[in-house]
Order: sequence, then C-alpha cells, then structure tokens
Amino acid sequence: MNSFVDLLISLPELLLVVTAMGMMVVGVYTSADRAYTLISNAAVLSLFVAIGLVLFSKTGTKLAFNDLFINDGFAQYIKVIVLLAAALVILIGDRAVRKIKIAHFEYPILITFATIGMMLMVSANDLMSLYIGLELQSLALYVVAALNRDSLRSSEAGLKYFVLGALSSGMLLYGCSLIYGYAGTTSFAGLETAIAGASNISLGLLTGLVFLIVGLAFKVAAVPFHMWTPDVYEGAPTPVTAFFAAAPKVAAMALFVRITMGPFQGMADQWQQIIIVLSVLSMVLAALAAISQTNIKRLMAYSSIGHAGYALIGLGACTKEGTTAVLIYLAIYIVMVIGTFACILCMKRKGSSVEQISDLAGLGKSHPAIAAALLLFMFSMAGIPPLAGFFGKLYIFLAAIEAELYSLAVIGVLASVVGSFYYLRIVKVMYFDNLSDELDSAIGKRISVIISLCALTILLFFLSPSLLVDSASTAASVLFEK
Amino acid sequence: MSNLYLLSLTIFTPLVGVLFILLTYLLREDQEAADNSARWIAVWASVATFVVSLFLWVDFDPTKAGFQFIEKVEWISSLGIHYHVGIDGISLFFVLLSTFLTPICVIASWTAIRNHVREYMIAFLALETFMVGVFCALDMVLFYIFFEAVLIPMFIIIGVWGGPRRVYASFKLFLYTLLGSVLMLLAMLVIYITAGTTNIPDLMTYEFNRGLQIWLWLAFFASFAVKIPMWPVHTWLPDAHVEAPTAGSVILAGVLLKMGGYGFLRFSLPMFPLASDVFAPVVFLLSIIAVIYTSLVALAQEDMKKLIAYSSVAHMGFVTVGIFVANQQGVTGAIIQMLSHGIVSAALFLCVGVVYDRRHSRVIADYGGLVHRMPKYAAVFMIFMLASIGLPGTSGFVGELLVLLGAFKSNTWIAALIATGLILGAAYMLYLYRRIIFGLLKKDELLSIADLNKREILVFTPLVLVVLWMGIYPTSFLEPMEISITKLLVDYDYALASYEAATPNNNMAFR
Repeated sequence: MNSFVDLLISLPELLLVVTAMGMMVVGVYTSADRAYTLISNAAVLSLFVAIGLVLFSKTGTKLAFNDLFINDGFAQYIKVIVLLAAALVILIGDRAVRKIKIAHFEYPILITFATIGMMLMVSANDLMSLYIGLELQSLALYVVAALNRDSLRSSEAGLKYFVLGALSSGMLLYGCSLIYGYAGTTSFAGLETAIAGASNISLGLLTGLVFLIVGLAFKVAAVPFHMWTPDVYEGAPTPVTAFFAAAPKVAAMALFVRITMGPFQGMADQWQQIIIVLSVLSMVLAALAAISQTNIKRLMAYSSIGHAGYALIGLGACTKEGTTAVLIYLAIYIVMVIGTFACILCMKRKGSSVEQISDLAGLGKSHPAIAAALLLFMFSMAGIPPLAGFFGKLYIFLAAIEAELYSLAVIGVLASVVGSFYYLRIVKVMYFDNLSDELDSAIGKRISVIISLCALTILLFFLSPSLLVDSASTAASVLFEK
Repeated sequence: MSNLYLLSLTIFTPLVGVLFILLTYLLREDQEAADNSARWIAVWASVATFVVSLFLWVDFDPTKAGFQFIEKVEWISSLGIHYHVGIDGISLFFVLLSTFLTPICVIASWTAIRNHVREYMIAFLALETFMVGVFCALDMVLFYIFFEAVLIPMFIIIGVWGGPRRVYASFKLFLYTLLGSVLMLLAMLVIYITAGTTNIPDLMTYEFNRGLQIWLWLAFFASFAVKIPMWPVHTWLPDAHVEAPTAGSVILAGVLLKMGGYGFLRFSLPMFPLASDVFAPVVFLLSIIAVIYTSLVALAQEDMKKLIAYSSVAHMGFVTVGIFVANQQGVTGAIIQMLSHGIVSAALFLCVGVVYDRRHSRVIADYGGLVHRMPKYAAVFMIFMLASIGLPGTSGFVGELLVLLGAFKSNTWIAALIATGLILGAAYMLYLYRRIIFGLLKKDELLSIADLNKREILVFTPLVLVVLWMGIYPTSFLEPMEISITKLLVDYDYALASYEAATPNNNMAFR
C-alpha cells in the first residue's frame, strides 16, 4: 500500500506526535515560567485540532501500515471521547497544577503522548500494535502519576502504578505470545480466521486469551485486578487523577471491546463467563467498599471500578446492542467524571486543596452553583432519571436482558442501589451538614465554564438521547458487519 | 384542536417557574428580596398550572373510555420510545390532585421555610412537574423517568429542610423506593423485549403468557408496594413524614403515595390480569394486616405526624383491597379513597404544621385545650378528622363505603376484617382530637397561642370545600372515571375468562 495513504489515514495521530515533539523543543528553549502556559495552550489546541481531524476524516474502514493500524467508525468514536477528555483535563487542571507546583511544561506533553498511545490502542489491528499503543500510554502515565516528586504520596503512587502496570503488561504480553504460538499469527484478521476455522479451541489459545483479558482487566481496573486503583487515585496529583479516571479507562475498555468482539468473537462462549464474573465482582465490591471511604479521590476510584463493572455487563452480552450500550455508557461516564473532578479541583481551603468528603460540608451554602453541579453528577452516577447516567444504565441493562443475562441484570441493579448510597452521601455532606470552615470562593473561569457545560450536558441529555445513541450504534455496527 | 398541548402545558408550566427563579440568581437581588420573589414566582407558577389543569377537567369527555389529550412525539427513535402523554378518567383526578395541592404547599411554606427559599421553591416546582408527568405518561420509559425523578427533589426537601433525623429519613426514603423502582425498570425492559414496544395503551392489550406475568407482576409490585406503601415495607413512611417539613409531608401523603395505587391500576391490573388474580389473596392478606396492625400502632403514637403517617398506611390498605377485588365498586372506591386521603391527610399534616409553627413540638402531650384559644382551628381540624374517619357527608365516607361494598361482593371475610379498620380509625382520630383540642388549657406556653391567620385560612378553605364537595356530591368525580374503570374491568374479566376457557382443567384456586 502506498505509504502516503498510510500517513493520511493516521493523520490525527501524526499531527499529535509532531506537535508533541515540537512542543518539547519549544519548551526547552522557553523560559521556565512561560513554558507551561504556552505548552499547555498549544497542547489543548492541538488536541482540539485532532478532534476536528477525526470528525472530518472520511468514514469507512481503512487499514494502514501493513494492516497494523485500523481506522474505522469505532476507533473514531472512541478517539473523539479520549481526545476531548484529555483536552478538558488539561483545562480543568490548569490552576491546580500551578498551585501544587507541578506546572512543568512536560505535563501537557506527557498527557498528549498518553493520548497518542490510547489512539493507537483503539486503532490496533494486530497484537503488536496493540501492545505498543498500550505501553506508550502506560509509560507516559507512570511519569505523570509521580509528577509531584516532592510529595511522598505521589511518588508512591507512581511507583505502585509502575510495578503493577508492568506486571499487567507482562501478563498481557505473555498472553499475546501464547496466542501467537497457537494461532500462528498476531493480526486480528488472521486470528479471526484461525479461530473460525478451528474445529475445537486449543487450550493454549484459551490460556493466551485469559492472560490477555487479565492484562486488560488490570487496565480497566476490574475486580479482582483493581487493587492499585484507590492508592494511585489518592496519591496522584488531582488533575492527573482526573485524567486517569477518564481517558485511559475509556481507551482500555474500547480495546477490550475491540479484542473480544473482533478476533475473539468466535470464542465468545469461553470468555463471556470471565467477563460476567469480572463484572459482578466489580459492581458488588465497588458498591460495598466505597461506603466506608472518607477521601473523595478514593471514593472516585471505587466509583470508577463500579462503572467498569457496569460497562462490562454490556460486553458480557456479546451482542451489537451490548457494544452500543458500552459506547454510550463510556461517553456519558466521561462527562460525569470530568465534571466531578472539576468540582473536586475547586475544593480549596486557604489556598491548599482538600480531599476529605467531610470538607465538602456546607458547599451548598458557600458555592451554590458548584454544589448544584456536583449534585447533578452524583445523581447521574447513581443512575437516577432524567439525568444522563440513567440512560447509560438503561441501555446496559436492556442489552443484558436482551441477551437473557437476567441474574447479571438483577445483580447490577441491586449493586446500583447500594452504590447510590455513597453518591447520596456526598449530596448529604454538601447540603445537609453544617458549614465547617468555608472553602475558598475564588474559582477559575475555565473550570467553571467546563463544569457548567458538563452539568448542562448531563441535565439536558434526555432532550435528545438519539444524538449520542445513533453515533454509538453506528460505531458499534462496524465491529459486527462482516 | 385548541387543547392539543394542554397536557404538556400542565406538565411543564412549573418548570417555567423554575426558570424564573433561576433568573433571580442572575439579578443578584439581596437575599430578602430574592426569597420573596421566589415565593411569589412559585405561587404564580403553581396556580397557573392548576388553572391549566382545570381546563383538562372541563374539556374532558366523560363518555370516552380511552385516553384523551394525547400528544405523541418521537423521542428515542432507536428504541421506538416516544414522548407520549394522555389521560383517561383514572389519571385525570390524580393530575388535578397534584396541581391542586402544590400551590397550597407553597403558600403553607411561606413563613415556615426561612433558609434556602429559592432552592426550596425550585425543588417543589420540579417535583410538581414530575408528579404530573407520572400520571400523564403513556410510555413506560417516560413513566419510569418521572416516577423515579420524584426522588431527587423529595430527598433534598426532606434532607435540607427536615427535622433532626432528616438524614436518616431521607436516605431511607430514597433507598427503599429506589430498590423497588429498579426492579420495576428491569421488568419494563423485559416487557419491551417481549412485546417490542413501550407504548402503555398497546401494552394494555398485549397478552403476556401466564408464567411471565407472574414475574413481571412481582417486579412491579416491589415498586408500587413500597411506594403506596404496604405492610411490611411501610417503615420508611413514618420516618419520612416525621422528619419532612410540613409541605413535604403534605405532598408525600397527598400525591406520592398515590403513585403506587395508580401504578397498580395502570400496570398491574390491565397488563398482568392473570398474575393479579393469582396474587390478589396475598394483597388482601397484607392489606388486612396493614389496616388492623397499623391502626393499632397509630393508636399508640405520641407524635402527631407519626400517628397520621400510620393512619395513611391503614387507609392505603383499603385502597389496595379495593383495587384487587377488581370490581366496579372496589376500584372506584379505591380511587375516591386515594383522592380523599390525598386531600384529608394533606390537610391533617397542615393542621399539625399550624401548631408546630407556633409551639415547635409535635408531641401530643404538649397540647390540650386548644379549643379555648383556637376555635377556628378546632373547627377546621374537626372537619378533616371526621373526614379521615369516614363520616357521611365527607369525602372519606364515599371511598370507604365503595371499597367495603366491593369487598363484600368478593369475600365477606375480607370486608369484615377491613371494616374493623374503620372502628380503629375512629378510635385513634378521636383520641388524637380529644387530647389536642379538648380538655383544659393547662400549659402555660399555650395560653398565648394564636388562632389561624388569614394565610392559613386561605390554605384551608379550598381543602374544606373539596372535602365537603366530594362527600355531598361525589357524582362530579365519579362520572368522568366511570367508563375508564368499566373498560379496565371488562378487559380484566375477559382476560381471566379467556384463560379459563383455554385451560379448562386448571383450577383458579383463589377466585
């Protein structure tokens, strides 16, 4: 294939790579106090340009670089979410990053590199490109987790994330090698034919798949591979935590979908049970463990584990409807989680940020607008209509019931009732508890704009759910038309 | 047609009020002025809603059995879900009840709510939209959205403006009702996948097989039984009532409990007739326990609000019996009983609110001899107390009489057992009234207690009038609902008969 066409297909990624490199050079030669502002603005700009490129690139499935790279409707859908999440995270973290003195120009660049990794992950059409994308993402993330190197907690978070991340990557790679050994190919198309042609699935291939799923379960933080999440979320600087909760989750979940619904669709009977177990454990454990949390970042960690569990229900359904539901769920989740973290980033007392849930007391009085927005996010995460989160759960459960996974659906709704308890607790602290020390009233312009946009999206989503549903459904159908 | 958008107008007028209150944030008035404008906006918005809803009653054609004022707009096209609203004779009065009580609640909160007035009014107006929406929705998903959205403002109203144990009460309310509703949601999804539509009028004629009906009925029952509430899942109600601010209790007793009964009438009976028939004895048993046991519990209460809360559970026991005996008198009686209870218990909570505002106590023992200082109050309270007992000439009589008639037609024992509820009801209400109103005015704090002021009289007058109107001339309420109920029951009996005919050897044990 013509190499120029290859470049054209991967244009958004290329743009980001080139600008990221350029930003690095510019950053080095700019005075330290100006570098961060300049580079973060440039990063946001290039991310938005990349969104534009993804949106306006031609639809239809395109392969590039000897079929290692695929650009289809599914990849485009996820890429828009991931890019948007990255850009918003840089924007909302702006003030906080300066405050905790990690406003190095490397920060937006690392975020950009992680984003490129995620884009490669969702565009992977081969086990090798999958692994390269995943590692590019992970390496950048290890560094940003430990970005606040003067803080013991941040360094610990970085180290923990690195060790466990490396372990999971190792397992994933081991899985890939087993799959290659038994199927004789690493390309997704090849795997699909190999699996479809096989009269019975060899044990080695199955073991490989299990290891692959374990590696991915680590990345989406599904129970029992979730252990790193609360510690890393708590330890990492809050803007970084916001990024962790948003973009990598979506990318990893998308990769999960791509693998299971793509080359390994023929082995659905085998992996479906694993997914269901992961899903049930994630929902139940997250709901129960979150109740006793006092740190809001830890709480959000358990919340993200729980949401991964719900998304996995859609995956467990093994249907096009299920995949659509996952995609809808992810898009709504991103808006909620970025909005929530933007609110958390506003929590400051006498200039330093606070993280205890009890610190939110009286937010309803001191910051009525932010409290109202956080209230919407919490009710939405709990899945209460008419907020957007309800529609996410609606489609997930609909897919589960369509696939006749009744008990999974029942466990899901019961866990969501338990889970709503801890979301309500935040509302309770904000509105029902008396004012403790008042939080600082100064709030950045950018962050308040983003909070309002997220809140309005969540609140008014019900007016026209079809906008998102249709695009998710188109994206999902790509994986199913053979 | 001029009344094309009348229903949407009724549903969404309160939200216009919300928008206006939000505007006051932008205008940055001082606190006092902003609070006042919020109160006035809420009054005007809710009164306007009530006026609009009166047009529904005027334009309603009582000779038609089907839904009227239908609006249908494509909404979630991929699932074929529509924004679909309409009312029949059954839902008409629930809509009116909601729009009637909301302005009363707003006026009753005029001075009782002093902090966060704007937020309070926003919550109340949003609540009104959701409540009216529940009774108008003709699409399952739309129904569910309104049904559950009610929880958000209610949680906040109890949690922010409630009493000392408000947090516990609001969580209990939220989690209990949420648990019920999510099971209903799953059942709705099963229905959608089985029947391929979420359109309620279509589903009313869809025939689910008997085994499936049993499961679906149970899931819906989980939701409606908690909401109405039935014994033994009623325990959230006394807590919620005691801790809620007066207007919160009013709307809770007046409208929210009715959603459960309405759900039985809209979903359980028409969609799952076979299962309803199977489970009717269970419902009767639970209702009888509710009537007798919670009446006795009410007799022992020391807190006025708790007493009225337990009496609500007992009254709702009548309603569930009336619905599931599934004959014309029973169902009509159940609906009238719900409407009457909506007005009467709301009024009783307002009565408690009156003395609570003055004395800041709901303990019965803190009062006594109020008739000497508050003659107007004593008179008003008496009317509602007698209506709650079911004295002829009041709204309570009509409902209870019809339910008892319906029950007698079905089974003498059921009728006899729930009739004891009437006696116990008279006992606890008269006992309450005696302890608060009669006797000597001994307590020093009560010597200077003031009688009803103009605003309170304004609040009580419409309630008194409606109670008497329903009691003296119930025809104006019975007539519009008659055909809708007949149709419901004809379909119900037809479904049972055709199942019996199809399976001659089965024994319909409980009939």
